[in-house]
Amino acid sequence: MIESKGHPNRLGLWGWLGGGRWGVERYLYTLHRLTGLGLLTYFLLHILVTSSRALGKAPWEQAMNAVTGPLFKLGEYLVFVAFAFHAINGIRLGIIELGFGVGPPIEPVYPYRTSLDVQRPLAVGVLLLAAIIVVMGTLNFWVLE
Amino acid sequence: MMRDQKLWTWHLAAGVVILFLLGLHMTVMHLNVTVPLKGLNPAGGHPIDWQNVIARGKIGAFALTYVVLLGAALFHGLYGLRNILFELNPASWLKRTVSIVLLLCGLALFSFGTWAAIAGFSLAKAM
Repeated sequence: MIESKGHPNRLGLWGWLGGGRWGVERYLYTLHRLTGLGLLTYFLLHILVTSSRALGKAPWEQAMNAVTGPLFKLGEYLVFVAFAFHAINGIRLGIIELGFGVGPPIEPVYPYRTSLDVQRPLAVGVLLLAAIIVVMGTLNFWVLE
Repeated sequence: MMRDQKLWTWHLAAGVVILFLLGLHMTVMHLNVTVPLKGLNPAGGHPIDWQNVIARGKIGAFALTYVVLLGAALFHGLYGLRNILFELNPASWLKRTVSIVLLLCGLALFSFGTWAAIAGFSLAKAM
């Protein structure tokens, strides 16, 4: 992370909530962080629970039975939804990080244009793709399985 | 290249690795009906049924993907958490402490998870 020397982040975590004039991309940023923190929390617990596989059938089934039930299923579904969003939005962030999809540099001539207008189709595409994966997961979790 | 730039580049690279390996993991575990991969759930039923766990556990490459995914996800997740915490502008001694604690947690979980993956593979091969 680049050190911020002259402009400290005075808003802190509250700054995540303020989309302001930055629009939907700012909320995607917030959602990316929230889903990332959720996935990390789940992942750390997942390592501990699934390691029971190394001890044999009985410990494995005991561990799996301990995390069974409607509440855990809902939690697992939310993890899947968070994964779908975080993964696909991560692709968008990678594309933008590499300088693609932001349009060429332009002169700052009034009325000023923002590269966010150029990026918007990418954000919409990301949300649609994530939605398709979520629909497939929803069918798998709640209808077909 | 500055140290933080290198870490950020590794963060992105780990994200690409996770995209593929966690994508495969999620497909096997949670899209088993909509996108069935029969070879990885050969016994049918639920992917967490012991027979399926053992069948996947016998595949050496699959065990290797667990270790790679574990390392990539731990680095990506813990480095992301570190960035979020650093944005709160903690004192420099606290930054150092956070970095050391996250590094130690990451190494401990990686060691434990790698042991579990190798032990699970050995157990599956013996069955």
